[in-house]
Amino acid sequence: MDNIIQVNNVDKIYGKTIKTQVLFDLNIGFEKESFNSIIGQSGSGKSTLLNIIGTLDTPTNGEVFIAGKSTKNMTKNQLAELRGKTLGFIFQFHYLLPEFTAIENVLMPLRINGGKISKEQLGRAHELMDFVGLTEVKDNLANNMSGGQQQRVAIARALMNNPEIILADEPTGNLDSDTTETVYELLRDINKKFKTTFIIITHDRRIAEKADRIIEIKDGRINLDIKKNI
Amino acid sequence: MLPLQIAYRFLRSSLGQTISIVLGISVGVSVQVFIGSLIGGLQDSLVQTTIGNSSQITIVQEENITEYQSIREDIINIDGVETVAYALDIPGSIIIDEDSTPILLRGFDLELSEDIYELQEKLVEGKYPSELNEIAIGIDMFEELSLSVGDTVTIDIPLVGSEIVTISGVYDFNVAQINTLWIISDLNTVQTMLGVPGEISKIEMQVGDVFEAANIASLVYEQVGAEYEVTNWIDQNQELLSGLQAQGSSSLMIQVFVTISVVLGISSVLAITVIQKSKQIGILKAVGIKDRTASFIFLSQGFLLGILGAIGGVLLGLLLTYMFTTFAVDPDGNPVVPLLIEPTFIMISAFVAIISASIASIIPARKSSKVSIIEVIKNG
Repeated sequence: MDNIIQVNNVDKIYGKTIKTQVLFDLNIGFEKESFNSIIGQSGSGKSTLLNIIGTLDTPTNGEVFIAGKSTKNMTKNQLAELRGKTLGFIFQFHYLLPEFTAIENVLMPLRINGGKISKEQLGRAHELMDFVGLTEVKDNLANNMSGGQQQRVAIARALMNNPEIILADEPTGNLDSDTTETVYELLRDINKKFKTTFIIITHDRRIAEKADRIIEIKDGRINLDIKKNI
Repeated sequence: MLPLQIAYRFLRSSLGQTISIVLGISVGVSVQVFIGSLIGGLQDSLVQTTIGNSSQITIVQEENITEYQSIREDIINIDGVETVAYALDIPGSIIIDEDSTPILLRGFDLELSEDIYELQEKLVEGKYPSELNEIAIGIDMFEELSLSVGDTVTIDIPLVGSEIVTISGVYDFNVAQINTLWIISDLNTVQTMLGVPGEISKIEMQVGDVFEAANIASLVYEQVGAEYEVTNWIDQNQELLSGLQAQGSSSLMIQVFVTISVVLGISSVLAITVIQKSKQIGILKAVGIKDRTASFIFLSQGFLLGILGAIGGVLLGLLLTYMFTTFAVDPDGNPVVPLLIEPTFIMISAFVAIISASIASIIPARKSSKVSIIEVIKNG
């Protein structure tokens, strides 16, 4: 199958006077519609890798291809557009806009991309809210929701533009184990239903094992890469 | 629209901060409105008392003028000329019991001169002359000479002779120099007294914009020709004019500095907002907002603050003005300084506030485009 994400010879070095190399000549590809997990100790470079894939950070050397296109020479605007249309993000600290309601947060990527919201799109936003189980609280301000609810809003927001890829950095990092389970079930459902490619960073091996592929990063290099046969 | 909406939400979410910055702008604008109205009012009342009821442009000739009717018709149509009247003036003296007091006998076409001098308003007793050999006399001279309306007095004109006239009324110009000097009569009486029917000694006029008097005077001069001499109040009151100009420029200075402090205030508060909202900007950038749109959020904030501040400022300024005219009054209950409320000026002040608030937000707006998503995500 085609690789929707291809990382070629990526190095990442932080600092100018005291240089800290976080990633060492990394090469990895991710197949379309796959559900991948990345594990590793803190400081291993897994978040840096995810941020580089998500174009939130830039590699010191090497190149990243998203859907066949190199992101190396894209302008800031082109990158913003790529993020808006192709990529969805879920972070550990959900990052909702506290000034807006849940449903408005979900609609935000759409408004940033296109401006006006059609009836169908609004309908889809409501569907997504139902899908993540937030029908009751969708008009609450983001701050007036529990952590798990906020995370689910962030997931609905990541889905709103129908992105081909969703990148999640410890999406359940600050949730209790029951909620963690619910959120993972949700992500798997999305993967099946919308054919979305997932890359999820987690420190929870039980969760990681549910993925189609587990990649372990250690000291900035790939230590382990296990594909399960489905 | 999206930046505007986000800006609005940002402003609403930190309401206390928004209110204080809007108040800051409002105070600035209200000072502008108040100072502007105060200085405008001061200028106006100064102009009014000094030259309001006098001839602002005057035409004289070495001899008396006979063509005054046609000259009047010519110059009344000049742009800026409001009213044109004429008078036959002659110095003389008033004789009472052998005592002689110097006077200026002024023969007015009372109807035309009314527009310049507002004579009716200044009448305190009796009426203005309507019959031959009637005169109106200034209150100061009237009291000094212990006269009464209906008295007859002798007026002596050098080289012409004496005439007995009747006092028909008493006026008060509120200017001692005029009240002790002018004897107002009608044109016919003075012409008859001097034996110069159909002649006058000066054409007087008022203009719409008193500060344009010099320019209008030169138009008048072009019209009437070189045989006439045209003077205007500015030539004769250079000091008053420079006083007025100094007032005007000091008002401008105050307004410029108020605007600068408003701009600095907004720009520093908005700079803080960028830092406060950097997390939100990071999120927006992660979901695809472009730097330009992100900058517009802060420009919109400046714009919204400007609009709110301008509205608040105009209201506050009008309130200040109202309080000043109500509480700062002289013993008669009149305002110490009559304020001049000019809608155009207030609109300009409000507009300047909106523009400067928007300009003040440019630096924070540029700063917002430097917010790095990765920094925001890393710092949780």
